[in-house]
Amino acid sequence: MTVPKIIVVGGGLAGLMATIRVAESGVPVDLFSIVPVKRSHSVCAQGGINAAKNLKGEGDSTWKHFDDTIYGGDFLANQPLVKGMCDAAPAIIDLLDRMGVMFNRTPEGLLDFRRFGGTLFHRTAFAGATTGQQLLYALDEQVRRFESEDKVRKFEGWTFLSVVLDDGGVCRGICVMDLKTMEIRTFPCDAAIFCTGGIGAVFGRSTNSVVCTGSAQSALFQQGVYYANGEFIQVHPTAIPGEDKCRLMSESARGEGGRVWVPKQAGDTRRGKDIPESERFYFLEEWYPKYGNLVPRDVATRAIHKIVFELKMGLVGEPAVYLDVTHIPREVLDRKLEGILEIYEKFVGVDPHVEPMKVFPAMHYTMGGLWVDNEHQATNVPGIYAAGECDYQYHGANRLGANSLVSCIYGGMLAGPAAVEYSRGLESGCESVPAAIFERERVRQQDISDALLNQHKGTENPITIWREMGDIMTENVTVIRYNANLEKTLVKLDELSERFTRINLQDRTQWANQTLSFVRELGNMLILARVITLGALARNETRGAHYKPEFPERDDANWLKTTKASYNGGEIILNYEPVDTSLLPLRERKYTAKS
Amino acid sequence: MAEKTFIVRIKRQQRADESVRWEEYELRYRPHMNVIICLRDIAERPFTRGGVESTPVSYDANCLEEVCGACAMLINGTARQACTALVDDLEKPIRLEPLTKFPLIRDLVVDRSKMFEDLKRTHCWIPIDGTYNIGEGPRMAPAVQEKGYPLARCITCGNCLEVCPKVNSNDSFVGAAIVSQVRLFNMHPTGAMHSAERLDALMGPGGIAECDNAQNCVKACPKGIPLTESLAAVNGQVLVHAVKSWLRGE
Repeated sequence: MTVPKIIVVGGGLAGLMATIRVAESGVPVDLFSIVPVKRSHSVCAQGGINAAKNLKGEGDSTWKHFDDTIYGGDFLANQPLVKGMCDAAPAIIDLLDRMGVMFNRTPEGLLDFRRFGGTLFHRTAFAGATTGQQLLYALDEQVRRFESEDKVRKFEGWTFLSVVLDDGGVCRGICVMDLKTMEIRTFPCDAAIFCTGGIGAVFGRSTNSVVCTGSAQSALFQQGVYYANGEFIQVHPTAIPGEDKCRLMSESARGEGGRVWVPKQAGDTRRGKDIPESERFYFLEEWYPKYGNLVPRDVATRAIHKIVFELKMGLVGEPAVYLDVTHIPREVLDRKLEGILEIYEKFVGVDPHVEPMKVFPAMHYTMGGLWVDNEHQATNVPGIYAAGECDYQYHGANRLGANSLVSCIYGGMLAGPAAVEYSRGLESGCESVPAAIFERERVRQQDISDALLNQHKGTENPITIWREMGDIMTENVTVIRYNANLEKTLVKLDELSERFTRINLQDRTQWANQTLSFVRELGNMLILARVITLGALARNETRGAHYKPEFPERDDANWLKTTKASYNGGEIILNYEPVDTSLLPLRERKYTAKS
Repeated sequence: MAEKTFIVRIKRQQRADESVRWEEYELRYRPHMNVIICLRDIAERPFTRGGVESTPVSYDANCLEEVCGACAMLINGTARQACTALVDDLEKPIRLEPLTKFPLIRDLVVDRSKMFEDLKRTHCWIPIDGTYNIGEGPRMAPAVQEKGYPLARCITCGNCLEVCPKVNSNDSFVGAAIVSQVRLFNMHPTGAMHSAERLDALMGPGGIAECDNAQNCVKACPKGIPLTESLAAVNGQVLVHAVKSWLRGE
């Protein structure tokens, strides 16, 4: 064959890095994204990116980073790729630095590092409190450079609908919809790399951006790609609750010395700043003396739930606790945390330099995602690759803070060259595939859109269905999971899927019709919600972020295994495969020890 | 007690070549509402104040925490992000219109790809040799980082172009956001090696000379970027560059 054709879907950190690696090897890339890639959800990452550069004389090493990551993930992650990521991280930081990321500096002009959850080392490089934004921009700029050299073609404002599979089940292209003209088209490729991010919208309100619906992952799942460990959902301990979204208050606030507390006296109606030190209960520091406020996220989230719901010690009038940075010098806050404190002030109208912030846990991240192999980011379907939050490989049962950015970039770095190599090895490329194969998929997708547009008797509102799905998923499938409630959730999802067949589109135009694209996403979200809930129901143990009071212990004998969901004629089937624990022996995960 | 409500007026236009209509919606007030929540309320119940069934309003939005730049629009006549526009702080009725300096797509959605094209034209990147592991980046004084980082927070929302009198159908000024990015890349130790390319791009039509110092941009920036400082700095760089080019007989 001639030069391979590679498509990347999704323009966040993983997608951009995959694009750069493919373009750099002299192979052209078509990059598809719903939003201009510079507006991708990676911009929301705040605190930093982990790499054991050991610049603080603490004796840190990439092995310790690996150990913290596996231990933090409760031993569910396959170990070799995680080790690869931790080993690669210092060079990834160097690369980003060379690309011009405005990382914070030490007086010597070197990169500064701060502490994050689940480690005792200063291992997190950062650019103020908008590190994800700064990293995304650096990669966006490199891709723009390739674009100016005609090595990358961008398709911004297109949404992914499905892959084009030939009769042998090999991916030969993608089927997408132009969000302006609503036209549905297919694009041939030899390999497609999916970097389609998070799934926050399945939980209604989360810390995720609007585009993080998981729709692409669900569509791929319905076409035969396995979905792994879907039940592992990270709930971030500190966010500002909101009706449209929950806004993250980065772990870096605690990394820089922020403290979490509630009044010792339940029902204390004084303002936070008027409550004297001696009357405050710093429950994380008390319960977890070694890690204090920097315990991993699942641990901190459960502690806040215990304070608010079990001990009834939450703040008066709302389920919340204080996140307090008022004792940190203003100069430090301005230099290191400005980005997030600005968010708090703009949305809450209270100055967090002066008043402790009111925060509560919110759905934040999916550890689970598209199943990929232990080497190449390849899914089980030939020609389909995945990287970034949408894959499942790197975080086990709980992700450590500041590991997401590094996993996105590392995954993208692997996926790009792997897709090129696979394409070069194909006996015949996509140009040899009959046009009818593409047309078949286009017509299938057009029929789905037409059916929605022509449904005139619908009575169900898409936003209402979405909200009901998000509410029940948040209530029953996040922090605390009871099997009876999970069963109820499945019943509710059935009801919503049935109502979905009677959806009223309200907008039947063929131009920038956002309702049509949202409804198509919603259909996919309902299926992904089932995958997550079924996985949670089946897994009768407690591991990382998956907490079942009825099964409070980690059960390695029965559950040290990866959930692998597949889709067969409308039915979701759960299979399991062993976890590769070849490098680090299992041990009990416990953060309560004294220092 | 009667439910508290408020009115939102929205400029609707199905396509750029179709007629404009204004619609009024009466929405139920809740604490902490922003303009995004208003638009979602309308999508859930797209009936105007007069009870006429309409369609959900098309608008751009993504991060909802003012870091992606997507949801810029005119709110009560001011160019700003919809996510940080809190209903409590806005005069009622709330008036929503699309930005006017960019081609309209539909309702509140405009096409801002011009800004991304201009970033390309002005070479706003660091030309690295490759992604291979070839060691650390250049050292940088904390003082340089502290000047550069605020510039790097530009979210390409377009508000500074919207308020600029020199961005219009007759003038082609690239706008403060782009000039400020040129300043950022010229400041970086590696970027500085290639500053001439960027300054060349700002010397012709649409370049820095078209700025007439109205200073609206800096007031409209949601991120508090010192845009007028950037305009002055790059203007100085362009002048020096022009003189040097002339002396070299280029």
